[in-house]
Amino acid sequence: MASVALTNLDPASRAAARGWSDLTIRNLFIIPTLVFLIVFNIFPLIYSLGYSFTNFAANRSEPWQFVGLQNYRELLSDDHIWSNFVITAKYVIVSVAGQMVVGFGLALLLNRSFPMKGLITTLLLLPMMMSAAVVGLFWQLLYSPSWGPINYVFGLGDFAWLSNPDSALYAVAITDIWMWSPFVMLLSLAGLSAVPQHLYEAAAIDRAGWWYTFTRITLPLVSPILLIALIFRTMEAFKTFDIAYTMTTQPTAELIAIRLYKQAFQQWDTGKSCALAYIVLIMVLAITNLYVKYLNKVKER
Amino acid sequence: MTQIELRGIEKFFGAVQVIHNLNLAIADNEFIVLLGQSGCGKTTTLRAVAGLETIDKGDILIDGKPVQHLKAADRDIAMVFQSFSLYPHMTVFENVAFPLRATRMSSGEVDKSVREVARVLRITDLLDKRPSALSGGDMQRVAIGRALVRRPKAMLMDEPIGALDAKLREEMRAEIKRLHVKQGSTTIYVTHDQIEAMSLADRIVIMHEGFIQQVGTPDEVYSHPANLFVAQFVGSPVMNIAEARVADRAGAASVTVGEAPAGFEFPHRLLSKLNGHSNGGLTLGIRPEGVLVRHDAASGYMPVEASIIEPLGSFDIVDLKVGSTMLRARTKAGYVSGPGEKVHVRIDPEQAHFFDTASGKSLGVRL
Repeated sequence: MASVALTNLDPASRAAARGWSDLTIRNLFIIPTLVFLIVFNIFPLIYSLGYSFTNFAANRSEPWQFVGLQNYRELLSDDHIWSNFVITAKYVIVSVAGQMVVGFGLALLLNRSFPMKGLITTLLLLPMMMSAAVVGLFWQLLYSPSWGPINYVFGLGDFAWLSNPDSALYAVAITDIWMWSPFVMLLSLAGLSAVPQHLYEAAAIDRAGWWYTFTRITLPLVSPILLIALIFRTMEAFKTFDIAYTMTTQPTAELIAIRLYKQAFQQWDTGKSCALAYIVLIMVLAITNLYVKYLNKVKER
Repeated sequence: MTQIELRGIEKFFGAVQVIHNLNLAIADNEFIVLLGQSGCGKTTTLRAVAGLETIDKGDILIDGKPVQHLKAADRDIAMVFQSFSLYPHMTVFENVAFPLRATRMSSGEVDKSVREVARVLRITDLLDKRPSALSGGDMQRVAIGRALVRRPKAMLMDEPIGALDAKLREEMRAEIKRLHVKQGSTTIYVTHDQIEAMSLADRIVIMHEGFIQQVGTPDEVYSHPANLFVAQFVGSPVMNIAEARVADRAGAASVTVGEAPAGFEFPHRLLSKLNGHSNGGLTLGIRPEGVLVRHDAASGYMPVEASIIEPLGSFDIVDLKVGSTMLRARTKAGYVSGPGEKVHVRIDPEQAHFFDTASGKSLGVRL
């Protein structure tokens, strides 16, 4: 049936002259993609699931053994890992909340016409287009206790943002907020401009004030797209590695992804790392599932 | 008790002037219809009264107080939009309650007012539904309910039933009329549909290119159109318009249209009434019902040929070739059997209108 629905190849085209059919061309585009996905995504995914039940170490040639659920058992009873998860949770909450507030706020400010709106919007989007490693290095300089502009501007003397165990995680979160608020802003702007103007006119006629209009009309109508931004940012924040890794070495800022990296490529505990990666994956899936359920409920209205 | 007065309103969109020196006084409880084609400035005028559009010059007075600098919310005016503009994420109840809740009315009172309005509009069993589950007519009932519920000083309606299909439109027209009679509030209603205007209005304001053409009761604008625009805009089927020449012929006036070999007979006093407009620059206007058709010859009737017949059920519209022009006549259904049939035609002098061709103004000549 699928091939019936396809358009017929123009008989005068070069492809037809070579004796190709629509089906040939379809396969020409789809098969390489499928092969790529299977080889580089699905195969490693399944293979690493297998590793997670072994004591395999990638830097040793000695044969590995099947250890069953031992890796998972060890990981889930390891206090160190749990503290990594707590750190990650704090980081996700602070940075995603910050991004939502700043991003949506910016979108509200931008959702009107004013001179040079296009230019300003583009400039605001720049942080998100930079490489995370570069952003990390920049902010390391900005936070520098001796001559960093942040301490200078806020008059904080020689406060060591990134080597202070209490502030390192939040310093990284602030950088993440700076970098990813534009993403939330972009999605919010799309949502805000999709609210029909005539609803605001109706609300004005109905004597609704600014706050009432905002909470009763703007927010409910934008909330589905805000939730999508929230899902994306939560997933990404959960996996944060690059910014945090380049910015600080404080154990109080050791996110689960950094822990995973160390375990896999410094301790070469490959089997256990695979197990940890799966635990993280399941957690991210669970959280996004909650969001998606809620999103569907919001959309139903 | 609400009077609205518009004094010398001017409005520009960029360099384009969309409203020219508009003056209008609306009495308490009056139902005013702004009638005109799209782009004539009627909606802009309405939105200016509502406070959704600023004006560049003039005063808008509600009960004698200038309001042009007030925000929409502070004018205490309700509006019904063509697009309904119901809040899609709220139930019908919440939609109708919105203007009350926005002003922090107690929930008991809100409930009472909403149910009262719902009863009047017969939407009580829709209160728990969302707008997306409603038909067009019900949506507009809800929108009207949302406007009525707060007992505003005045109601503004911007083509409220323009988006509905023909049958529903007729139903809602009757409903709006019923509501106005019952609730009685000063209303400004915008439409491009002259039938809607005629059936609803206490007075019709006909607008064209930003100018008011005529203000009058439905009967006035129909029977005494001030100019060619009004004459052709109001009334269906459209009034016949033709360049006319008037001659004095043996004790009677003879009105010739479309270089026809003979003229239509009019009473002699037409000549003195026209007073110099007899030759050149004169346009005759006659509604299709003023074009009288019969099969056999009679005095004063001119033999002509029917060209197109539009059967409209209760009557037919017959196009008659008179000289180089066409006159549309309204006949009994099936009176003229087919194109090409020879019939005899006369113009009823009492229903004839005369206009100055250059200015389009009515000469005010009625026989």
